[in-house]
Amino acid sequence: MSGQTVKITIDGSVVEAREGLTILQAAGEAGIYIPHLCYHKDLLPGGHCRVCTVKVNGKPINACTMVVGGGMVIENDTAELNDLRKSIIEMLFVEGNHICPGCEKSGNCELQALAYRFGMMSPRYPYLFPAKQVDGSHPNVYIDRNRCILCGRCVRSSQEKDHKRVFGFEDRGIQMRLAVDSERQLAETDLAAADKAASYCPTGSLVVKRVGWKMPVGTRKYDKEPIGSDIAGRRK
Amino acid sequence: MASVDAALISRVVERFGKDPQRLMDIVREVHGELGHVSEDAVDSIAGVLGIHRVQVADMASFYSFFDREPGARYTVRLSNCVVDKMNGMQEVAAAFEKAVGVRFGQTTPDGQIGLRYTSCTGMCDQAPAALINGLVVTGIKPADVPAIVEALKREHGKVGGSVLFPNAEVQLNLRQAGPVVLGPFENGSAIRKSLALSPEQVIDEINKSKLRGRGGAGFPTGMKWSFCRKAKGRHFLICNADEGEPGTFKDRLLLTEAADLLFEGMTVAGYALGAVEGLLYLRAEYAYLWPRLEQVLSRRRRHGLLGQNIAGREGFDFDIRIQMGAGAYVCGEESALIESLEGKRGAPRDRPPYPVQRGYKLEPTSVNNVETLCCAARIMEKGADWFVKHGTRDSTGTKLLSVSGDCKHPGVYEVEYGITVDKLLQLVGGEDAQAVQVGGPSGACLAPKDYGRKISFEDMPTGGSIIVFGPKRDLLKHVLDFTEFFAEESCGWCAPCRVGTTLMKMKLEKILDGRGTASDLEELKQLGTTVKMMSRCGLGQSAANPVLTTLQNLPELYRKRITAKDFIPHFDITAAFSEQAAVTGRKFVDHEEAHA
Repeated sequence: MSGQTVKITIDGSVVEAREGLTILQAAGEAGIYIPHLCYHKDLLPGGHCRVCTVKVNGKPINACTMVVGGGMVIENDTAELNDLRKSIIEMLFVEGNHICPGCEKSGNCELQALAYRFGMMSPRYPYLFPAKQVDGSHPNVYIDRNRCILCGRCVRSSQEKDHKRVFGFEDRGIQMRLAVDSERQLAETDLAAADKAASYCPTGSLVVKRVGWKMPVGTRKYDKEPIGSDIAGRRK
Repeated sequence: MASVDAALISRVVERFGKDPQRLMDIVREVHGELGHVSEDAVDSIAGVLGIHRVQVADMASFYSFFDREPGARYTVRLSNCVVDKMNGMQEVAAAFEKAVGVRFGQTTPDGQIGLRYTSCTGMCDQAPAALINGLVVTGIKPADVPAIVEALKREHGKVGGSVLFPNAEVQLNLRQAGPVVLGPFENGSAIRKSLALSPEQVIDEINKSKLRGRGGAGFPTGMKWSFCRKAKGRHFLICNADEGEPGTFKDRLLLTEAADLLFEGMTVAGYALGAVEGLLYLRAEYAYLWPRLEQVLSRRRRHGLLGQNIAGREGFDFDIRIQMGAGAYVCGEESALIESLEGKRGAPRDRPPYPVQRGYKLEPTSVNNVETLCCAARIMEKGADWFVKHGTRDSTGTKLLSVSGDCKHPGVYEVEYGITVDKLLQLVGGEDAQAVQVGGPSGACLAPKDYGRKISFEDMPTGGSIIVFGPKRDLLKHVLDFTEFFAEESCGWCAPCRVGTTLMKMKLEKILDGRGTASDLEELKQLGTTVKMMSRCGLGQSAANPVLTTLQNLPELYRKRITAKDFIPHFDITAAFSEQAAVTGRKFVDHEEAHA
């Protein structure tokens, strides 16, 4: 990455962005929060959730994959985009079976936190109530596909951080699901307790066993402040 | 797993050079031999290739022509495209179910015959059509079905064995040949004229012709080639012969009638780009054309028009490989097509980088439509000045249109750009149309008030699918069909398209069911807007077009169907409890009515 910078405008503020950064990264460095879900700063972008969609010179563009260019005029925190983002969050809620009160990720869940941030009371769409598989076979980690939003973080982190391929996808469209690298279940893969892949799940879908309730509900990350507060707090 | 299967898989994988990027071919071949891709086969393929099983399963589970469970000896894939339905496909389906004795989605207990639905097979001008183990059967009437089924019951050949049916024939249906694409052509003429120029000059000539991509997006071809040529790396040329837009079949005609012209165009492109390898990605539904296309390629190699030192030019080497697809509409999207070529699920990529920068094998790649490459050959043969005499100022040349639906003469028409929808309807015998779907479901649905619009990039761009809806059609039902198609073909990678297409389908079903309200129309529009604005690729971005363009152009269609009530929930509690009510013998009481 070069030391050069370019000037971009985000919601009317001029930002000096390092060349080669994505819009999402550059905004983050400047203390501007662009809501995102499948993106994680340690991993390559996947482009699954589209929550980070912004408008660049009037056109919708994915902020986690688009590299900054000098003179870009970017809209981010607008009523239109925030409602479209909220709409995607609602789609993810009805696509799965997300029962927050009984989920050990509640309070640390990025999907739930985004729903709160966007002021979602209940999804505007009808629930699909799909039948999903739960895989508790592994001694240290379990998969609850009811809560999987197909963000691909586990797929990417297994490759990028653990240099394995424990996870993948199968099928397509609304049938698409998280798959593991064995004929039947997680226990038959080479997933190890120390693998990083288990720690990147934004929801309660891929969960390390026996730690979930250590921190009481009410004292968790997003119980204290809305998601994105850390990034917005960096703004000078 | 039986050792014979393991040996077979080993042999197949070896034959494709143990190259994981040839996974499509490997799985296709194994599927052809074994009839499905079993869990053991997945393990075995992964083992021999030295990759993970999850990668093989990911890819094999994505394509609709790969069965993961033991399939039938003969699989009837009946096309459930809108146009097939308009031509009596439901009655044909019922005849198949009756004659075979199982429902669609099932296989006979003896494993002989399986019935499946499939998306548009590119035979809308001779619908209803089906593929039976790759064999195309067209113009099926319910009365034809017993004979077809009898023939299938008798056969005990291996999968892919030949059985003769009535209707096992594809009609050409060329209704109007224009001067540009389908005029007489002398093999080698475009190559020889190109070789008299430098590659840059060839690109200049294409630029001068103002040729734009014929797939629908209309990107200037010369500019695409120029970007690709200037990008550093090993250059590739890909011909996109994966036309899957419902109602499209013009490439079928070109691949049948003008294969030489197409390969000539690819060779010219190869010269212009500095590519030594060209790939033709052929949709699985057109597998019947594959042997003939290979013959044409062989002949061109013999005649020095492909291979090394083409047309006697020292150092000009270029050859073409045909890659079969496996049933996925999204692979017509260029970056998804590239992923598929690399042996992966056909999930589109985020752009930039564009394929001309980082495409196939992350090298500079130009992906061009069949018709575009045919035009390019003609431009090099006859000159840009000749080409621009056809069409309009900004839409030069001619366009092949695939016309189907309620018209007297369905088929392929080569027309000059600038033709109005009105004029076209006269030509095809569809003057009484209540609506015309231009560009297939991902295009726009036009009402009579719009029939003065011109087929051209500046007014009404289209990849060429024209579906005519006569006055008696229930258009909204077909909007639902189109929306179902997108839900079926969504790759699933991004959330708005994966979930949004299914939700749109549910919303339309509710409205068609007579349970829609004014707020449902608002929500349908909002849902469509989210899918259009937020989706990752062209499929998602256009998946809401059937809904959004009919809401805009034909709002009365919807208004007629909704009720005056303020709100009716999606969840139908009476239906949900109908089984319990039947078992207990108690009736459901409407609370509001009971207390009214």
